[in-house]
Amino acid sequence: MRSGRESGKPAEDGRSSPVALTVNGVRHDLTLDNRATLLDALRERLALIGSKKGCDHGQCGSCTVLLDGRRVKSCLILAVTLDGRAVVTVEGLAGPEDLSPLQAAFVARDAFQCGYCTPGQLCSARGMLDEVARDWPSAVTEDLTAPVELTDAEVRERMSGNLCRCAAYPNIVAAIRDAAAAR
Amino acid sequence: MRAFRYQRPADVAEAVALLDAEPDAAYLGGGTNLVDLMKLGVQRPDLLVDVTGLPLDTVDTLPDGGLRVGATVRNSDLAAHPAVRRDHPLLSRALLAGASGQLRNMATTAGNLLQRTRCVYFQDTGKACNKREPGTGCAARHGQNRDLAILGWSEFCVATHPSDLAVALVALDAVLEVYDPGGAREIPVAELHRTPGEQPERETNLPRGALITAVRVPPLPFARRCTYLKARDRATFAFAVGSVAAALDLDGDTVRDVRLAYGAVAHRPWRAYRAEEALRGRPFTAELAARAADAELAAARPLPHNGFKVALIRNLTVRALTGLAAAVPR
Repeated sequence: MRSGRESGKPAEDGRSSPVALTVNGVRHDLTLDNRATLLDALRERLALIGSKKGCDHGQCGSCTVLLDGRRVKSCLILAVTLDGRAVVTVEGLAGPEDLSPLQAAFVARDAFQCGYCTPGQLCSARGMLDEVARDWPSAVTEDLTAPVELTDAEVRERMSGNLCRCAAYPNIVAAIRDAAAAR
Repeated sequence: MRAFRYQRPADVAEAVALLDAEPDAAYLGGGTNLVDLMKLGVQRPDLLVDVTGLPLDTVDTLPDGGLRVGATVRNSDLAAHPAVRRDHPLLSRALLAGASGQLRNMATTAGNLLQRTRCVYFQDTGKACNKREPGTGCAARHGQNRDLAILGWSEFCVATHPSDLAVALVALDAVLEVYDPGGAREIPVAELHRTPGEQPERETNLPRGALITAVRVPPLPFARRCTYLKARDRATFAFAVGSVAAALDLDGDTVRDVRLAYGAVAHRPWRAYRAEEALRGRPFTAELAARAADAELAAARPLPHNGFKVALIRNLTVRALTGLAAAVPR
């Protein structure tokens, strides 16, 4: 599989752009090679290494962040497209001494083993619970027009964009349901 | 990845002019497919024209009960739109059967229709592919072709179109609003994609530089009596091995009208006109549904590894229609 990283040589004229990006509430004025993904900009330029590069092809979900409040895969978004937009990464979900309810539920439920996918799981779950709060249906929702009831099947379907190769899935589902119930 | 220039056009006309002037330019929507193909070296644009800032992001209910969907409406917003869920649920079902929550938040309506095949030989620049590099041959024809076409393929290309949404739109007789250097025009979604023939690199009938600006979905009185069945290799977040979009209208036991389209069987979404014809005006039974599917699939030419798709599509057709018949009020 090929790497999606920027090449080392500087981009030619017109092939880099100024980008004003707000990350976790802090504005950054950057000049970025147009090829840089949001994930690379976060990790390589802003040293926010919580967001992980797993597959780099939008399949594993470990790079999931919130863009203007919606969960997205940062490995498939070109940073140049995000001028003026706001991103929240796992570093912005809560402070180190003050876990969010979702993070606390992951700890309480032992919802990880190696932890590599966890930042993406957390950002995805945060975005997913907001989608549920807006009654967005999923593929397993029986009645498209009824309020959503967050069953195990709903959590599994909605979190299917996040892989966990340690297979901590049962505990991830339990943690997310705990956090949802406490909302 | 090749270095490229990036522009945000102020309006549709500027976007089309930019594409028209630059042979190596490409429109950028959600990027979920294009950016990936750029990483793989399959697509190497010199200029990206980002159309996501254009005012094409609304879903409007039309006076006749139809729907007009802007080209840049995200898949998740379309699937969750109240009017879509209530009156055009086949669109929600098809969209929700595809991708993941994160990708649906990114992917656009037009981008979904214009996404490229997931044929692994197309995605691997080390393999022969007439679609990626005309004249190099088709490594899939005698390679691992389990996931590929059974209908309408040629010796030049056996790829399938991967969209679920396109299958639903073809079943519903949706129409595209398109803007190209010659002005505005309309194209039925059923006429958007081509069979590969000798030019698999030409995937659509859109003129060079054309920009899809909206999709119009006409009203269908029985649109709520629909289903989208998608067979895939895992429970979710996978492309179809085969899929069936169906809507059924019964008058007593008689089929008054029916819509049927197949996905993941051909280079384009496959409207099952022959099967529909075999169903209309006849008393509905599971046997009739099976015969109708057989009538459509008589033209199937399976590849060495995908003969099972013929039975799969036949069985999905029967399951979809019998399920709808049982649920339809008589």
